[in-house]
Formats: sequence, C-alpha cells, structure tokens
Amino acid sequence: MTERVGIVIVSHSLDIARGAADMVRQMVGEEVPLAWCGGNADGGLGTDVAAIKAAIEKVYGPPGVAILVDLGGAETNSEMAIELLDESWRDRVLICNAPIVEGAVMAAVEAAGGAALEDVRSTAEELSP
Amino acid sequence: MTPEPERMAGPGVVEGRVQVNHPIGLHARPSVKLTQLAKSFRAAVRLRAAEEEDWVDAKSIVRVMALKVKVGQTLVFEADGADAAQAVHDLVALVERNFDELAAE
Repeated sequence: MTERVGIVIVSHSLDIARGAADMVRQMVGEEVPLAWCGGNADGGLGTDVAAIKAAIEKVYGPPGVAILVDLGGAETNSEMAIELLDESWRDRVLICNAPIVEGAVMAAVEAAGGAALEDVRSTAEELSP
Repeated sequence: MTPEPERMAGPGVVEGRVQVNHPIGLHARPSVKLTQLAKSFRAAVRLRAAEEEDWVDAKSIVRVMALKVKVGQTLVFEADGADAAQAVHDLVALVERNFDELAAE
C-alpha cells in the first residue's frame, strides 16, 4: 500500500481531539495514519509538547505529517514539538492554518487520496477566511 | 433563463446527470465519498448543480462541499480521460445509492 501523509490533531481538550479524530475515522476511513492529543500533562485543558511529539512520531512516514491545532498554545507547542524532532523530519511536518475539525477531515480526505503534504495542507487551508 | 455552462472540449468527454435523493443532500459525509470515488479515476471529473453554471473539480472536497447541493437538485458530471465513462457511471451510481448511507426502508 502507498504510504499516506499522516494527520495529527492537537487540541486543548482531549475530548475535542478525540472527537475530531472520530469524525476523520468515520467520514474518511482507516487508510490515513492518524494520531491526536489534548490536555496538559496534569490532565487539564492545555497542550503538552511531549504528547504532541509522541503523536507526530506515531504517524510519521516519508510522506510527512500535517498538524491541525485549535488555539494559540496548541500552535506554539506544536512548533516546539517539531523543533524537538530529528532534523531530517522537521521540514516534513507542517502546521495547517485551518479550523481543527473541518481541517482535519479535509486534510484526511486529501491524504487518503494519496496527495503530497503541501497539497494536504493547502486543501485544509482553503477553508480559512 | 439559465446561462449555458461551458463544456469540456474533446471527443472523449462523458456527461451524466443524477438527482440527489439523499435527505440531507450533498453534505459532509456524502461529499467525502463522492470526492474519494472521483479521485480513484485518472480522468478529470467536474460537477455542477444543474441550475448553476459554475463547475467544480469533483476531486476537491472543499469545492464539492461548497456547492451545498440539496435534496431534489440534479447533479451534472462531466469527465474527460481514458476512464471517463466508468467515472461518470460510478459517480452517478453512488448518488443513486444515496451514498450507501440509507438502509432500505
């Protein structure tokens, strides 16, 4: 099977991250590598750099990874998680400027079709105003 | 009067029309299915609502959803390429099957 771009969902809320991932699985299917994380290390609302890094590593493959985030801290912590990755991976992991739920579904549709990382991101970002 | 939409050029262009009977129309899940099926063909495939003149790429999930096709509207598919006939046939069939979402009642 052809490898697909992986999708990572990073929310401040574990429930939102899990729910968005459920939508991707039910609407798009199983062929896209998918990981999610939400909440800080204490289990409260927030995001956790180590958890984001682990989620990226779970789905990383040669086609790369597209990350969907919700509010500001999710983006900055995702940027920090990318910085902690092996250098050869860093430019294959992109953060999408898109709404987290819709963007995750759109990105996954594009990834499932075998699109390249840049096309996956631009499809998700078509939704942005 | 509805303006005549431009047509794909070329001898291999195949057209198909089908009415959407799914009660929620071409919403998120049906759009995903339609887009994924369209992507499985090499042919260029586009669609429009019969009463609109603007075509959208049937392989673009964002554009297909933006059509906001409702129940009762007719979709027009156009495909061009070696497997165009199969693409139009299968896409029309998917819409006729209500995107495999509604159990037989």
